[in-house]
Amino acid sequence: MTDTTAASPRESPIGSLLRHSRHVLAENPVTGFAFALFLLIVLAAMFGPEIAPYDPLASNTAQALKPPSAQHWFGTDQLGRDVFSRVIVATRLDFFIAVASVALVFVMGGLAGVAAGFFAGWTDRIVGRIADTIMAFPLFVLAMGIVAALGNNVQNIVLATAIVNFPLYVRIARAEANVRREAGFVEAARLSGNSDWRILVSQILPNVFPILVVQMSLTMGYAILNAAGLSFIGLGVRPPTPEWGIMVAEGAAFMVSGQWWNAFFPGAALMIAVFCFNLLGDGLRDIVDPRRRT
Amino acid sequence: MRRREFLKSATALTAAGVFSAPGTWSRAKAQSRQETLLIVSESGPNNLDIHGVGTNVPGYEVSWNCYDRLISHEMKTLPNGTPYYDKTKFKPELADDMNIGDMSVTFKLKKDATFQDSTPVTANDVKWSFDRAVTVGGFPTFQMSAGSLTKPEQFVVVDDHTFRVDFAKKDRLTIPDLAVIVPCVVNSELVKKHATAEDPWGLEYTKLNTVGSGAFKVTNWTAGSQVVFERNNNWKGGPLPKIKRVIWRMVPDAGNRRALLERGDADVSYDLPNKDLAELKSDGKLTIVSTPYSNGIQYIGMNVQHPPFDNVKVRYAVACAIPYQKIMDAVLYGLAKPMFGAPADAPIEVAWPQPHKFNTDLAKAKQFLGEAGYANGFQEPIQISFDLGFAGVNEPICVLVQESLAQIGIQTTINKVPGANWRTELTKKTMPLFTNVFSGWLDYPEYFFYWCYHSGKSIFNTMNYQSSAIDGLIDGARAAAANGDAAAYDKDVKGFVDLAFTDVPRIPLYQPYVNVAMQKNISGYQYWFHRRLDYRSFEKG
Amino acid sequence: MRSKGRQTRGPLAPMMTLIIKRMTMAIPSLIGVVIVTFLLTRMLPGDPAAYFAGPAATPQAIQEVRIKLGLDKPLIQQFSRYVLDLAHGNLGTSLTTGQPVITELRTRLPASAELTLLGLLVSIAIAVPVGILAATRPNSLLDHTCRIISTAGVSLPVFFTGLILIYVFYYLLGWAPAPLGRLDVFYVAPPQVTGFYLIDSLIGGDPQTFIAALKQLVLPALTLGVFSLAPIARMTRASMLAVLSSDFIRTARASGLSNWTVVITYAFRNAMLPVITTLGMVFSFLLGANVLVEKVFAWPGIGSYAVEALLASDFAPVQGFVLTMAVMYVALNLMIDILYGLIDPRVRLEA
Repeated sequence: MTDTTAASPRESPIGSLLRHSRHVLAENPVTGFAFALFLLIVLAAMFGPEIAPYDPLASNTAQALKPPSAQHWFGTDQLGRDVFSRVIVATRLDFFIAVASVALVFVMGGLAGVAAGFFAGWTDRIVGRIADTIMAFPLFVLAMGIVAALGNNVQNIVLATAIVNFPLYVRIARAEANVRREAGFVEAARLSGNSDWRILVSQILPNVFPILVVQMSLTMGYAILNAAGLSFIGLGVRPPTPEWGIMVAEGAAFMVSGQWWNAFFPGAALMIAVFCFNLLGDGLRDIVDPRRRT
Repeated sequence: MRRREFLKSATALTAAGVFSAPGTWSRAKAQSRQETLLIVSESGPNNLDIHGVGTNVPGYEVSWNCYDRLISHEMKTLPNGTPYYDKTKFKPELADDMNIGDMSVTFKLKKDATFQDSTPVTANDVKWSFDRAVTVGGFPTFQMSAGSLTKPEQFVVVDDHTFRVDFAKKDRLTIPDLAVIVPCVVNSELVKKHATAEDPWGLEYTKLNTVGSGAFKVTNWTAGSQVVFERNNNWKGGPLPKIKRVIWRMVPDAGNRRALLERGDADVSYDLPNKDLAELKSDGKLTIVSTPYSNGIQYIGMNVQHPPFDNVKVRYAVACAIPYQKIMDAVLYGLAKPMFGAPADAPIEVAWPQPHKFNTDLAKAKQFLGEAGYANGFQEPIQISFDLGFAGVNEPICVLVQESLAQIGIQTTINKVPGANWRTELTKKTMPLFTNVFSGWLDYPEYFFYWCYHSGKSIFNTMNYQSSAIDGLIDGARAAAANGDAAAYDKDVKGFVDLAFTDVPRIPLYQPYVNVAMQKNISGYQYWFHRRLDYRSFEKG
Repeated sequence: MRSKGRQTRGPLAPMMTLIIKRMTMAIPSLIGVVIVTFLLTRMLPGDPAAYFAGPAATPQAIQEVRIKLGLDKPLIQQFSRYVLDLAHGNLGTSLTTGQPVITELRTRLPASAELTLLGLLVSIAIAVPVGILAATRPNSLLDHTCRIISTAGVSLPVFFTGLILIYVFYYLLGWAPAPLGRLDVFYVAPPQVTGFYLIDSLIGGDPQTFIAALKQLVLPALTLGVFSLAPIARMTRASMLAVLSSDFIRTARASGLSNWTVVITYAFRNAMLPVITTLGMVFSFLLGANVLVEKVFAWPGIGSYAVEALLASDFAPVQGFVLTMAVMYVALNLMIDILYGLIDPRVRLEA
């Protein structure tokens, strides 16, 4: 059993966080695995275009639909493009979609939620009504509607994902802000003359952030799945951009005729990424707040 | 606990039922399968009446099979054995005699023809139906006008079984226009009972019910799901069809449609992706019949009023930059007739479609671009637009064209336009570069050019092309056809085709094929100008 | 157990207050939904007038149709006309199918509901035992494996799972029937009572049709089930863990009851409550994911109806669909709260 006694007075908060993390990771190797995978994804996103052996947009119809081989590790697609290169390069776009969606919803939902929880009264009611209205929609259809109305490009997909997840973040942030509203350190800050907004941003939001981080990891996975679903309907990113979801959607048509690699490899990449984000969310939850462990 | 035991036994029962051998057919079911034709396609009709408002193309198939016309076409046989409609030979359907006069044509109706509710077909029904077609507006009226059939006054009831159409002017296309889907004969007495002041033609009733004299009637229609047809055993328009029942199911996913055909769970499908068709063809398990679209081409259009496409050298550059063969290979899998790369010394024919002389030559393209003054490409990226409704073909074409244009310095972005908006976008005439397909039911070159290149008829002249020279040639050809002046006709046709290739506002890519995939035990497929299925000729087994 | 000092008002009164409170809270959301949907559909690219006017229409013809459809009027007027129609139960007509929206929703809703309910059942049947199992041995290999399996299910796009299942079970193995919708072509739908083919065929005494309908339901329900495994398994596990470490369980174990009895008879019943709340959330989440599954399996439900309408810029079905879903969502949450209240008396008192 690792030593779980209280930290010594000299240990820095980072140090205690690290020690706590190490404890959690040792107990839960799956989370460690998820972290490693996450790192791999980030590396692929950063260096993908450099390490890709072929130009992901270069078509070569003579080599169309060739199965995986030494020259083309993941085979080629219907226009002769190298699937491996496309999958690797797509990591950047999908990662961007995930991170951007999450950043946007954190800012929108997190701020709105803490404001609602902190100020209560009318702010609370209005934010609550907005969140309820969004929740009443069948969420995927709302995302479809937003992208269809505003045009199918990456910005709108990110926006749609953020809007659809808004109520959840509002709810979490609001609950946390409510609890902390009367907390001692908030009283102290108020007494020393800080304006309400200042307290909100500098005291409450940072406290709420760790709780939200858990949700953000899950939302990253959801953002990628959402983009894939939209691509299947025809509302995804524009061709010929490589993106896992649209590659799966297009490749699915070829599965029946035996060209499984078109859909399998992007699908596997997608699954691994979402899987990683989900497990990461679990692990983060253990680190941040063991009481909520599921 | 009793509850637990119940659950256990229910699960066992269900498992047994679920995993029992699929296709446990009873004898009755097997027989029924033999007499039924099962068709699968991506989408179905939104209206059972071609005269209806906003009826889509699948609705035309319903009309063709459930309603009769005065005349239809004889069949000729193509070299590959496929029956193909003969555009010059007509055969009687509801009329058993046709007498073409100088400025009119008189029909004698079959005396024993009845509607599906057993009331006799009279000339009054024909007049009412034709009046309806030219009055309701939209596509039916437009199609009638293609044969100069525009006013109810042209339609005259001589007696109960004699009907006359007066010509407004001499037009070679009038008689063929009477054999297309639109001038179908509707049971006017029955529909009038359901007409109202706001709906004098009873369109709401015929949207949901077929009320013709045709070989089939719709007995069940679940929009978006399936249409069920039963044979009309009293059909007088021709020999009784061998198929008694047709079930047309909508299956949105192309992979599923293919799987259904391969496993024998569907009989016919005609909108499979080209790749699947090519593979099924080489597999040999199914019969694939490929027939070129009559009078139709897929093309790249350039808006000649939109700089830089107003410069003919720029258009030549684009025409030389299209990766034609790549498109034929990777998009069509060879299932189309190339309309490019004709030899430099080939003469212009009196025919349409015919191939132009451009071929992929990037060096030449760069040269033309330089001559036009755009040696470094365009300042802004151009949008290439396409109809998302036919994304299977349009999207890869645009991707390949985009890649090729990039190599001569023209940057482009791809613009997917949802099927429902495509018409609107085309009519606006703001898209600089796009791909589209056009084909006409009446297979005559002057007909195609009249709708696509003439400055007056702007709707299908998607390139906004204005040329008084070509207008003159087209008008000349139409007049020559009406007067039977073959020499003038040939000259004018060659003239406008030549001009179309010299000015090249539209770059033909290929003549598409209609590809029908059928089980080996299905025969009787016929190619019609409307490219939809004619159930009356099919046979099973 | 009720505290003895409280004045008894009868069991129904708190329930009624709950219902009324809920409904009043829901009204602003529903109004919001109506407005947002109206605006969104008006923002869709595409011109119903051009669609209606047909392929060869001149700009004048299109304008005429636009006037006939009332689309030339200012938005406020169109909106008030829409609301007026709504008040009369008229949800408009679909352009793509030509049928009144309300008729189509009525015929298609049971199809989606049947599928979603069966998917939920499949999910529960797998996820709950998995969750219980994982809870009995926390942090073991079994626990991790369970977590990995359930998370894997939710990590694949739902349409991809569906297509793989079709490919393996229909195309390769031939075990499942053709993905042609609710019934094979040669079966007639049972006489309509609820619209659920499974129930109606049993009521009509037609076991053949029952089996046929069930066969068609297996793959799509499995697809939906796989997708909703994770939240249910997770919640079951968490809830069971919390209950298993509580006092009364310790008492039960100390009294010598067998492990099986402790876990199933006592712990599970008490752990069910949060799971039921999750079920509600999952059900409404599935109603949205339905859309993709219906497209893959050619299922004639409201999801596929809404998607096709959306892509064709066909306002009325989209508006009708969203409104129906919103109302169902409110009703569902209400039912869950009532159910919760019925099961757990403590909640009732606090309502």
